[in-house]
Amino acid sequence: MPKLHSVAELQEFRAEILASRDLAKPCIAVCAGAACDGMDSAAVAAAFLAEMDKQKLGGKLEVRTTGCHGYCEKGPNVVVTPGEICYFEVQPTDVAEVVAATLKGEVVDRLVYKDPNTGAQAVHMSEVPFYKHQMRLLMGDNPKIDPMRIDDYLAVGGYAALVKALTEMTPVQVLDEVKKANLRGRGGGGFPAGSKWETTRNAPEKTKYVIVNGHEGESAAFMDRAMLTGNPHKILEGLIIGAYAIGAQKGFMYTRHDMPLLEKHVRNALVQAKEYGLLGENILGSGFDFECELHFDVGIFVSGESSALMRSIEGNPPEPRPKYIRTSVSGIWDKPSNLNNVETWANVPQIISKGADWFTSIGSEKSKGTKLISLSGNVVNSGIVEVPMGTPLRTLAFDIGGGVRDGKTLKAIHFGGAMGGSIPADLIDAPLDFDGMSKLGAPIGAGGLLLMDEDTDMIEVARYLLDFLVNESCGKCAPCREGMPQMLHILTNMTQGKGKAGDLERLEDLAEVTGLGSLCALGKTSADPLKSMLRYFKPEYEARIVNIAGGSGT
Amino acid sequence: MSEIILTIDDKEVKATAGMTVLQAAQQAGIVIPTLCHHEKLEAFGGCRLCIVEVEVRGWTNYVVSCLYPVAKDIVVRTRSEKVDKIRKVIVEELMAHAPDAPELVKLAEVYGANRDRFERQQSFCIVCGLCVRYCNEVKQKNAVGFIDNGAEREISFIPEIAKNECWECQECFALCPTSYAQAAYLLTEALAFPGERKATDHVSRAPEPTRRVIPLIPVAAAT
Repeated sequence: MPKLHSVAELQEFRAEILASRDLAKPCIAVCAGAACDGMDSAAVAAAFLAEMDKQKLGGKLEVRTTGCHGYCEKGPNVVVTPGEICYFEVQPTDVAEVVAATLKGEVVDRLVYKDPNTGAQAVHMSEVPFYKHQMRLLMGDNPKIDPMRIDDYLAVGGYAALVKALTEMTPVQVLDEVKKANLRGRGGGGFPAGSKWETTRNAPEKTKYVIVNGHEGESAAFMDRAMLTGNPHKILEGLIIGAYAIGAQKGFMYTRHDMPLLEKHVRNALVQAKEYGLLGENILGSGFDFECELHFDVGIFVSGESSALMRSIEGNPPEPRPKYIRTSVSGIWDKPSNLNNVETWANVPQIISKGADWFTSIGSEKSKGTKLISLSGNVVNSGIVEVPMGTPLRTLAFDIGGGVRDGKTLKAIHFGGAMGGSIPADLIDAPLDFDGMSKLGAPIGAGGLLLMDEDTDMIEVARYLLDFLVNESCGKCAPCREGMPQMLHILTNMTQGKGKAGDLERLEDLAEVTGLGSLCALGKTSADPLKSMLRYFKPEYEARIVNIAGGSGT
Repeated sequence: MSEIILTIDDKEVKATAGMTVLQAAQQAGIVIPTLCHHEKLEAFGGCRLCIVEVEVRGWTNYVVSCLYPVAKDIVVRTRSEKVDKIRKVIVEELMAHAPDAPELVKLAEVYGANRDRFERQQSFCIVCGLCVRYCNEVKQKNAVGFIDNGAEREISFIPEIAKNECWECQECFALCPTSYAQAAYLLTEALAFPGERKATDHVSRAPEPTRRVIPLIPVAAAT
C-alpha cells in the first residue's frame, strides 16, 4: 500500500475499499476477545477457514476474526452479517452447519439465544436481551473489524474524524468541541478531558506529549483491553486528533506487558498507520507531524497511576510523585503531558465527526456519552456492556446482566474495583453517573461492576480487595505502606472469628488517615471499599467483634 | 526573586517563589514535624508527617509541606484536629516497627500516639529512605537501596559496594531514626563479607566521632 499524501488520496482509497466489498456477501465474524480466546475461539475460526477451503467458498463467504463482541458469558461468539445473526457457545463441530445455513440464508436454531425462562428465541443482535438495552457507540464496530486490518477500520469510516479535524478545524476548534462535549475522563476520576487538554496546550513548553493510559489494572475491569485489542485504530485516531488540538509532537501508548494479543494488534496498528501516512511527518499533507510509541508496564498495578506511568516511560521505577504541579504542565521529562484513558480517547473521533451537541444529547445532566462497563461477579451474563450515562443500575444488572446467578438474591453492587465501593441492593435504581455514584460511595472508577449475591461476606470482600492492594502499593509513603497491612490484619482476624474490641475504631482511623495522608491515588482510595462497607454494612462488621467480658464488643 | 506572602498559622509569612511551605515555615520559626526530610536531600514526601492543611480559594486540602510550593495568598494551618489525627495515626503505625525510636517517642508525646495500638511488625526499619537517598544523592555510592514494594519494602545494602565503601563512611548510620541502617549493614557484612571490609585507612586516620557505630539506646536510658 503506498503512503497516502493527502485527504483526497485517503478518500479515494476508502472508496476503493468499499467498492471492492460486496455487502450482500455473508460474513462470519468470530470473536477473538480475551474471554472467547480463552474458550478457544481460535479453533472455531480455524474450522471456519478449513470449511471454506474444503468447499472452495472464497467467493461466496467471508470469515473474519474480530475483537470482543461483549457477550463473554456465552462465548465463543459468532455473528453473521447481513442480519447480525448471533450464535453463542459455538464449537468447531458446529461450523459445517453454520456455513451450510448461512449459504442458504437460514439460521441454525440450536445456536441462537434462548430466554432461560420462556425459551423464546432471539436471532438478531438487536433482539438479544444482552445487546438490546445497550447503546454500542464504541464497541459496536468490533464485530465488523479485523483488528489487524486497517482497511476494515477505514471501511467503517475510520480516520474520517481525523480528516475533518485536519482540514476543516483549527486545533483550538477541536479543543473547544471536546470541551463543549463535556467529555469526562473514563479512567476513574471523571475529570473533564477538554480542561486537561487546554492546560497542556497552554503550558509554555513547546515539546508536549500525549499519552494513552491502557494499563487497566483495576480488578474486574476488562473493557479497555477489549477496545484496544479489538479496535486499536479508533484509539489511535483519537490520540492523533488530541495531539493536533494540544500541539503535541509525540504520543505514547502505555499498556500491559502481559497481553500478547493486545501487543500484537497495537504494534501492527502503529506500523500500518505509519505506512499509510496517518502517523509521521506531514500527516495527509496537513503539515502536522506526529509520532507514537508503544510502552509496556513492569507488571505492577501502580504503574497505571498517571505520574507513576510517566516515570515508567522515562525509564524510571514507576513510583508516583505528588501532583502539586499537574502532569499536564510538567509530566514526562518535565514536559507538559496530557494523559487520558483508552475509552476517553476512543470517544474523541465521534465527538469530532458528529459534534458536541450530538454527544451531549446522550447521557445524564453532568455525565455525557456512553460508558463501557465490565459486568461480572454473581451475574448471569458477564461481559462488556455499553450504555448511556444515566442508565439505572437496575438496567445494567437485570435487563442486560440477567440478574443474579442461581436464582439468588442481590445483596450488593460493587463498582470501581479494589479502590471502589459497595452499595446495598436497595440502591439499585441509582443512575450510572460520575458524581451520583461517588456520592453514594461507589465511584464508577474505570467501570468494573460486580454483582454480589446473598451469600457474600462483606468483611471478606474488603479483606480480599485490600489483600490485592497491599501487594501493589509501591511502599514509598507511610500511610499506604503501613496502613493497608494493618487494616488487612484486622480484617483477616475478623474473618477468622478473632475480631476484638477497638477493631472497628482502629479500622476507621486507618481508613481515614490512609485516605487523607497517602501520596497518590492508590493510597488515597485504597480504603474506599472498606469505608463504603462501614457506611452500609456496619452491623455485619459489628457482629464479627468477639464479645469480650460481656461488653458490646465495639 | 519574586516575593510571595502567605499565611501560616494566622501569621503573615514572606517567602520567595520556588520555596516549599516547609521552608517558608522554618524560616518564620514555625515548627512542622518531619522524619524523612533532610536539608541536603531532595524532598521525598514519604513519611507524610509534615502534612498540613492548605486553603486555596476556599478549598481545603491536605498536602505535605516538604513538597508543596508556596503560592500567593494561600492559608496554611500546621495544626488542626485532622492534621493532628493524621500525624498521630502515622506515628502509631511507625511505632509498630520501632516503638523505642527516640524521635517517634517524642512525637508520640506531642500527638498522643499509643505505641501499642497496632500489631507489632517484624522489622524496625520505618522506610524513611534517608540512608538510601543520602548514599545516592550526597555520597553517590548507592551502597544501600530499596528492595521490594508495598509492605515488603525494605532497605538493603549491596554487598559488592558496601564491602568497599561503608565502613569508611557510616554517615547514614547517624541519619537513621531507628538505628536500622547500621544493623542492616552489620548483618550484610556478617553474611556476605565477614572480615573482608575495606578499612585500611580507618585505623590510621583519626576517626570523627560520628563515624563510630552508634549503639541502639533504649528510650528509658536515653531520657
